[in-house]
Amino acid sequence: MKHKLLMGAVSALAIVSASTGYSQEDYTRFGIEADIPGMCSYASMDAKDYSGRTLNIISHAIPVIGEPTALHAQQFEELTGAKVNVVHVPFGDLFQRILIPFQTNQNAYDVLFYASLWIGDLNSYLAPVPEAYQNSPGMQDVTRNYIDVATWDGQMIQYPMDGDRHYLKYRTDIFSDPAMQERFKSETGRDLTVPATWEEYNEVARVFSGWDWSGDGTNNYGSAEVAKRDDLMFSAFISRAAAFAKHPDVKGGFFFDLETMEPLINTPGFVRGLELFIEASKDWAPGGANFGLGDEIFSFGGGQALMSYSWDDAFIQAQQEDSPIRNNVAAAPLPGASQVWNRDTGQWDTFDEPNRAPYITWGWTSAVSNRSQNQDMAFDYLCFFSNEANTLSDLQIGRFGVNPYRESHFDADLWTNKLGWDESLAASYVETLSSMDTSQNRVFDLRVPGVNQFMT
Amino acid sequence: MQGLTRYKLIFLLPGLLILLGIILFPLIFTVRVSFSGWDAIRPGLDWIGGTNYGRLFADGRFWQSLSRLGAIAFTSVVLEYLLGFGLALLVWRQVKFRRITRVLFLIPMMTTPVVMAVIWRTIFHESLGPANDLAGMLGLGTIPWLTHSAWATVVVILVDVWQWTPFMFLLLLAGLLSLPKEPFLAAAIDGAGPIRTFFNVTFPAMAPISVGALIIRLIEASKIMETVYVITSGGPGTSTETSSYYIFIRGLRDFQIGYAAALSVTYLVIMIVLLTIIAKILTKTLVKPGA
Repeated sequence: MKHKLLMGAVSALAIVSASTGYSQEDYTRFGIEADIPGMCSYASMDAKDYSGRTLNIISHAIPVIGEPTALHAQQFEELTGAKVNVVHVPFGDLFQRILIPFQTNQNAYDVLFYASLWIGDLNSYLAPVPEAYQNSPGMQDVTRNYIDVATWDGQMIQYPMDGDRHYLKYRTDIFSDPAMQERFKSETGRDLTVPATWEEYNEVARVFSGWDWSGDGTNNYGSAEVAKRDDLMFSAFISRAAAFAKHPDVKGGFFFDLETMEPLINTPGFVRGLELFIEASKDWAPGGANFGLGDEIFSFGGGQALMSYSWDDAFIQAQQEDSPIRNNVAAAPLPGASQVWNRDTGQWDTFDEPNRAPYITWGWTSAVSNRSQNQDMAFDYLCFFSNEANTLSDLQIGRFGVNPYRESHFDADLWTNKLGWDESLAASYVETLSSMDTSQNRVFDLRVPGVNQFMT
Repeated sequence: MQGLTRYKLIFLLPGLLILLGIILFPLIFTVRVSFSGWDAIRPGLDWIGGTNYGRLFADGRFWQSLSRLGAIAFTSVVLEYLLGFGLALLVWRQVKFRRITRVLFLIPMMTTPVVMAVIWRTIFHESLGPANDLAGMLGLGTIPWLTHSAWATVVVILVDVWQWTPFMFLLLLAGLLSLPKEPFLAAAIDGAGPIRTFFNVTFPAMAPISVGALIIRLIEASKIMETVYVITSGGPGTSTETSSYYIFIRGLRDFQIGYAAALSVTYLVIMIVLLTIIAKILTKTLVKPGA
């Protein structure tokens, strides 16, 4: 009897294990700390057999997104027996390499990795994410922002695997240095504080430009900004303009008036943002007007600039093990505006607390082609790509380009324990990011067909 | 005889058909696409008549890019010709290290344009590149290489000259080596010095080759794209935006395939007409009858 009971218990455990995909097998050989049980886990994929089937994936060039695509493709192959082909394409070619096969009725790729704002152009070619994947614990943990970014006409058609937004980065060692504070006060008459408005940002940048405040024998500068033509400059401009143009009480469109579809780009809020952008250019490092994202990353992350605002890359660069400014940086929300254009009244409204308009911009995403004959395998691959264990590992590798997009990523301990960040720094990072996700005055990218004509 | 002609035709036909397919099909297809409204939203070959052509005549940015291209291509090719000719003359008579010198001169041409453009962009990076370090040492201060319209144009020309002068050098050196020795002997016997020999013997004898080299390079230079794409992205503003880069933006970035095809066809027609006229003028000016 005892023996029968034991056998029953073992059988029941086996059934439960199989159904949850949980097993005791050690998957740390894949470079993860531990497999995390669930429908997308290593164990679950290991239980599947896709032998004899081929998955075709198009992704960005290595390393940003391209490297994790290839890495997880290789792991997926090993676990499931599938053959996975990954085509890596430079960014300038990615859009047309995805769209042309669709437009010419070819079934070239099962899985696509691309910029999330292209959803307007690609939505009719994408397969909806099945309910089971939407209900998975990993997906349930994705913040509302990125669920919305993945959704078109009420249907989730993109599979979230990255979270991008613009925020402010600054050097804490300089802002807290009494000598620097004194110098700033003597030049401006006010205390040196983390800029709360774009006017303050420009003022701080001006004071800290063109002299060697880091003491390394070379000149430093106040601000590094992505200003190069056709190199994501649109995001920098909108970051600057949003606080002036996005009135919290005015609804019905940010880029267009949704009632009349009149473009709002020439309205006073946007113009004010542009004026301050131009004003700031006087204090950029030599060549600053030609800084692309790579230059901005290097300028702030390398210690040349006091502040910058863009995606996580410069911050991660500053936090590299060998960085001279490691743990001397912090994150903060984008500066705001004390006066905000109200297009309903046609007047500037004054705010006691600066108006902030967090900008959720760009972001890599993934999707499955609705022409794919392998949609089951394709969704399993994406589910595996972004499973909790893989994401935890990918987040720690700056060059992968995967940034926080789940609630669980906004845990300061994660960054302190895994990456050795200072507690205050990690706290500023997760607070900044999570506060953006909960803001009621967020700005998203324009997502219309033909978006590349407007946002480059 | 008739049989021979038939055999010739039979043997030539496959190659001819492949050639026609390679050249004509893309051309005819592009012309057809140029009459369609194919873009990101409406794919396919619908028929919108001459709308795209009407639009491009009012597109100031296209015409500006074309005149900018003319200036960049003309300046680059003239500089390449002068430098290439000078280098070829140097190496032509030189005996010592001739082989190694020739190989060294050819290296820029053998490098990949995109890779070299990335290296040049780093060199001219205004904060971090060595070009401004050098300018500083010479007391010239910080030069806005890539953020000032005129300087950015200079950089684009400079990189093109660096990359393609070896091509001119190679063609002109081959021409110099193929010249008969007798005219030079006669000039020496008549007591002509090196300058007079150059203007009265070498240059006229090289005229047909020079015209060929100039035309080939003008055709190539009119397609300048990688350098602009990598170094300036057409900026600052649109100050280095050339026709091919503008067509690339419209076609592959904005995905206005139909309009980009109309731009391409117009550009091709303009280039054929212009280059034919330039070739005629150069031949008439430089090549003397019997040369």
